[in-house]
Formats: sequence, C-alpha cells, structure tokens
Amino acid sequence: MPTNKKKGSQTVVFNKPPGIASWASIVGPKEGKGPWGSYFDWRLNDYLFGEETWEKAESKLLRETIKLAISKGNYQESDMELLIAGDLLNQTIASNFAARELSLPLLGIFGACSTIAEGLIIGSMLIDGDCIQRLVTASSSHHYAAERQFRLPTEQGTQPPPTAQWTATAAGAVVLDGLSAGPKITAVTIGKVVDMGITDAADMGSAMAPAAVDSIKQHLQDMQRPLSYYELVVTGDLGNMGKTIAEKLLSQAGIEPYSNYEDCGVSLFDLEQSGINSGASGCGCSASMLCGPLLKKITDGDIHKLLFVATGALMSPISSWQGESIPGIAHAVAIEY
Amino acid sequence: MNDDELKQVEIADYKNQIEKIKPQPKLLKNCIWAFTIGGFICLLAQIIFNYLLTSGLDKIQAGNAVAVIMIFLGALLTGLGVYDKIVEKAGAGAIVPITGFANAIVASAMEFKREGYVFGVGAKIFSVAGPTLLFGFVFSALIGLIKVFVNA
Repeated sequence: MPTNKKKGSQTVVFNKPPGIASWASIVGPKEGKGPWGSYFDWRLNDYLFGEETWEKAESKLLRETIKLAISKGNYQESDMELLIAGDLLNQTIASNFAARELSLPLLGIFGACSTIAEGLIIGSMLIDGDCIQRLVTASSSHHYAAERQFRLPTEQGTQPPPTAQWTATAAGAVVLDGLSAGPKITAVTIGKVVDMGITDAADMGSAMAPAAVDSIKQHLQDMQRPLSYYELVVTGDLGNMGKTIAEKLLSQAGIEPYSNYEDCGVSLFDLEQSGINSGASGCGCSASMLCGPLLKKITDGDIHKLLFVATGALMSPISSWQGESIPGIAHAVAIEY
Repeated sequence: MNDDELKQVEIADYKNQIEKIKPQPKLLKNCIWAFTIGGFICLLAQIIFNYLLTSGLDKIQAGNAVAVIMIFLGALLTGLGVYDKIVEKAGAGAIVPITGFANAIVASAMEFKREGYVFGVGAKIFSVAGPTLLFGFVFSALIGLIKVFVNA
C-alpha cells in the first residue's frame, strides 16, 4: 500500500504534525557554567546527584528530567502512554532503570548521541499514525559513566588531543502531544549509516560529519527545499573539528555554508575551558541544547523554522580495539512554530 | 573502477581533507610541560635518594625505598584527584615515571570498587597497567634467558 506521508527516499512528512507540549533539561556542573547555563532547568552541583555510582546518577538524571518535562506541561505521569528513551551505557541501563521507577511503558532505543532525534522521529510517527496520543521521549549522558565505559578510569591521567570531545553530563526530555499547540514536528529524515573510514576514537567529529551532511542533503532533496528555508540548522555533537568539516562538505555539495549553521557540541561549553578541546559530545549534548536554549528560542519567536540534526558515532570500545572504523549516523527533525 | 575501489578512493580523499584541517597538538608547549614536570618528579626522587643515602641506607636499599615512596605519592595524588590533572598538562612527563604507573593501578582500583572487591577491584585493577606488567615480565624472562646462553 503506498503511503501518503513518505516524501522522497528517506523523509516522512506528517499530516497531523505532533506538537511539543513541554520539555525539560538537567545538566551537570560544567555544562551549567557554559554559555547557555541559565537556559537549563536544573544545574547540578555534583556529578553523583546523591547516588553511589555514575550509572545510578545518570539514571536519576534521566528520570528527573522526564518527570520535570511531564510536570512542566501540567501533566500527570499517568497521562503519558509511552516513554521512548535511550542513552550511551551498555544495554541502555540509564533508560531502563529510569523507566522502572516511572512505571511507564518503555521503548528503549539506541542511536548513540543521535538518540533524542530517533526518539522524536518514532514518537512523531506513532502520534501521527494515531497509535498513541501522548508520549515522552528522553535521552541522557554522563561524563564519568561514559568515560569509564568507553575510555579509561576517571582518575587515570591522559592528555587528550585537540580533536577529542568531552562527553556532556546532561539529559533532555520532550513531551509530544497530538493535540498540543506547541512547536510542531513537521517532517523527519531518517539517516543512513555513513562510514568514511575514521578509526581515531579521539576524533569523532570527523567520523560523524559526513553522516550529518548526508542527512541534511537528503532532507533538502526529499523536501525540495533550499537550506535557507530554515532559520537555523543545528547539528548534534560534531564539535569544532566536525563542524569545520561539515561546512566544507556542505559547500562542496553546492549547499553554501549557511550563516545560521550551529553545532550543539561547539555551543554547550566554553571551548577554552580545560579538557573540552573540540567541544561536547554525548546523548545529553544535543538533547539538553534542544530542551534548553533551542526550544526556548522557538517559543520566544526568535526562530520559526529549525532543522535539528542530531549526530551519533556508532562505535563501541570492542569495535575500536578490533580495528573497526567508526560509523556515523544523523537524523534530521524539522521543527516549526 | 568497481564500487569498492570507488569507496576506497573516496575514503582516501576524505582522510586527506581532514588531515589538512585537523588541529595539531601544541608540541613545543607540551614538550616544555613534560620536561618541567617530568624533571621535577625525577628531581624529587633524587633528593629523597640522596637523603636516604646520608641516613645510612646503601645504594640498593635507598633505590628500593625511593621507588616505594614515589609509588605512594603517585597513589596519594591519584586518590586526591590531582594526578589526572597533572597528566593533562604534563603528558608523558607524568605518565612515564613510576608515579604514572601507580596512577594507572590506583585509578582502576578506585573506578571499579563499586563493582565489589572480587569482580571489581580484583578483576579490573590491572586493566590499564596489565600490558606493561605482562610484557615487562615476558621481556625480563627473555633477557634472563639470553644472559644464561651468553654466560654459558
């Protein structure tokens, strides 16, 4: 049966665009001191958040963000029909354990740092397809939980190269409601896995930039739009290095580097801070930037059309040790208000 | 050209492009930091060594005692959360001395304590230092064997 929502090869345009009813973000101490610090709902003073382990702290971070998003929209937890959540930890335990406390039906997802966009895509489809009316999607990352899983023990001394990125301690949650008058998700483009043979885990910007450009190109082609249709195009966590490459690849593809192109990984921190190097990364990076500054700008009327392109590096420590290159992915979500 | 070869060309071209953009580590600055901090660690060890010699220990005893003291200092600074910050500045200047080795073991022990003493600390304490230990043992055994044959 042909579908009337699919446009082009990878894009879906919604007949009844779901609205973003409410959202929330909680960030760690370093993120709270960044240039957008005051835009986040809560800024934590310590990385453990009153818990015993980094993993428990991340799960609480995610859980509290979800609760906050629900209460900010004047909803009850029981109003939510579904939770779509994901994170970076093995078997997405931060999400699973958050869902245990919340007693919401869970769809656990993994798209590395692009997870929040994947959640928005699946959620929008479920709402537009009349399967569900209201749901919450969320994603988180924790610097030290990620550090010990992907790299080294947290107290281990290292000197990261200038291309390395700092995994953000942050979470963002969005409540989607079919009846909401909030910002609408009008179209989404599901990205392909793109691998340009980068093997350096300390240079994920270079690994992800081709995927981001591929999804942006595909979105514009499917929608038959110029990039200038959007007032702001934001990629997830390419960092300084990845953003520079993305701009170059865009201009090579005939899409002129657009003055309103930003990257959450570049924006989240003050890049001069020690340890930050190329910028921020992690599921929480794009999720908190969306659920903090970006949605605020949209509802304030500063931006009317946003293309949110969350990016992910789909590697694991095991794949890296086995010499595999780092595949990248990026999903595009058009938000209009 | 088939698709595979085309992809290889594309990958090589991309790698070329990023090499041009990639910011390089500040080599000179890093070297100066490594030299200064690495030198300071060695100087401190030498001062302790000389002091121990004057307090009546012989050379071998003093050498062993210095190693123990430096390992203790490395472990203490790791526990206090300072050593990783020193390494961020000094790089190899703080990784190569024995204090860096202590850092690798103590950091692992601290990190995995939450998984318990058997599956956490016990299983993971050498997760970083393990390769150094293994190949250290292997090469010392090989050199020992060579010595046996040379002397024979």
